[in-house]
Amino acid sequence: MKILYFAWIRAKVGIAQEDVAPPAEVTTVGGLLDWLAARGPNYAEALKTRAVVKTAVNQEYVDADHPIKLGDEVALFPPVTGG
Amino acid sequence: MIRVQQEDFDIGAELDRLSQGNHAIGGVASFTGLVRDMAPASETSGKIGAMTLEHYPGMTEKQLAAIEAEARQRWPLQDCLIIHRYGRLLPGDRIVLVATASAHRQAALESCAFLIDWLKTKAPFWKLEDGPEGSKWVDAKGSDDAAAARWNK
Repeated sequence: MKILYFAWIRAKVGIAQEDVAPPAEVTTVGGLLDWLAARGPNYAEALKTRAVVKTAVNQEYVDADHPIKLGDEVALFPPVTGG
Repeated sequence: MIRVQQEDFDIGAELDRLSQGNHAIGGVASFTGLVRDMAPASETSGKIGAMTLEHYPGMTEKQLAAIEAEARQRWPLQDCLIIHRYGRLLPGDRIVLVATASAHRQAALESCAFLIDWLKTKAPFWKLEDGPEGSKWVDAKGSDDAAAARWNK
């Protein structure tokens, strides 16, 4: 599963993207965030305030209860500020 | 039409091209977004020197296409153009152009406002400002959410 990080979430995690293999019990976006946050202080800091962590699966916005599966592209980013 | 690019664009040429050869178009509305030298967060602390726009290649185009499709569903548009830049920009530089063409002004003006309001809350772009105290990620504004929400049916 490919994870992409953008803007200050990327800066805090320290990398732009990575391939991860979460355990089978991680079945939703929310579960994935919990699992990632436990991987180290940089992840915990980046994902601390869940209200400002927006999530997309395969380039579509999703909520925390959205299911994830092998091969998904999951992106984590702050609220957007374009335009 | 959607374009996500680093290069600048020529507003006059883009608007001309939008209506060229289509005489069903009675009006073209447009909005151009520019880099300000005063960032909202730093209005008391000084001017910004530059801005870097980051985006999510792939999802950006997908979201902009979805926003365009929604506008075309809601208003009778003859044509529609969204250009959004990314990369390093300076105060005064153009960031975004939204233009809509329709038989009548109301559809063109309303859909243009809708497009920029939705784009600001849905298109995955992020602004990093270089100010006197270093680089700072711009915070999302509640007023932008409110502006987008007024178009909810």
